[in-house]
Amino acid sequence: MGTIQTNVTGDTSEELALVQAAKGGDITAFEQLIKKYDRNVFRIAQHITQNREDAEDVVQDAFLKAYQNLKQFQGNSKFYTWLVRIAVNEALMKLRKRKTSKTVSMDEDVETEDGSVPREVADWSPNPEQLFRQAELSDILAKTIQGLPTGFRTVFVLRDVEGLSTEETAETLGLSVPAVKSRLLRARLQLRERLNRYFKKKKNGGGDQQQ
Amino acid sequence: MKCSKFLTELNDFLDGSLDSKLKAELSEHLTWCHNCYVVCNTTKKTIEIYRENQVYELPDTLRTKLHDAIVAKCKASKPPNET
Ligand SMILES: [Zn+2]
Repeated sequence: MGTIQTNVTGDTSEELALVQAAKGGDITAFEQLIKKYDRNVFRIAQHITQNREDAEDVVQDAFLKAYQNLKQFQGNSKFYTWLVRIAVNEALMKLRKRKTSKTVSMDEDVETEDGSVPREVADWSPNPEQLFRQAELSDILAKTIQGLPTGFRTVFVLRDVEGLSTEETAETLGLSVPAVKSRLLRARLQLRERLNRYFKKKKNGGGDQQQ
Repeated sequence: MKCSKFLTELNDFLDGSLDSKLKAELSEHLTWCHNCYVVCNTTKKTIEIYRENQVYELPDTLRTKLHDAIVAKCKASKPPNET
């Protein structure tokens, strides 16, 4: 069984040159950085806030903050990681404003039995994606991940969807590496469990959706 | 190796960050434990599905709108070296 490859968004010298130019007030250079990462920032914002309007605000605020604080970026981390940290903070603030009754925290205590073996072990059909049209599939994936606690969802999105390393995810969220690992495992297993009802092999064959 | 042990190492196994000895032990477990095989397989698939089917794409029109708004705000703000 092969391992999962991470899509690394690495810094090139070209990118660092853009950052340098933008630091000096070159907006055209900064525009190129926006174009490079706006899709990622939008996805992260939408995943965390679960709200389109908030996500649009987060994208604008995050890039503006990044521009205004470019001097703080010393190049010790990747520009992308630095930008994502700003975006995650903006998104969590938005979420807190919306959910005044519920406290949203990266440290929220979500108890699950770490070492327990999942009970449902039906295998999935070889190509579960093909059971659904693209729009349906997107809908299923969105609904499924929305059900996860914010802390799990955010770790999963940064680590598995956006391709940050475990260390970068920890740094971005202000969590320890073991905390990220434990959340990631729970997030992955919970998503798997929830997708099971859509993707598991049907006893009688056929691709009809159950339930 | 017990199934619970397998599960605690599943992340690093999927990410390919285990040392070769532990990796071999996990692979051996998979040869006879169907449950863990399925959990491993479907968890891997879960990650792949989320990675390959981006749930929230940024539509082009919205992208342009956001881009213009950001640039306007940046222009209205002080350049980074003066703040
Ligand atoms: Zn097992």
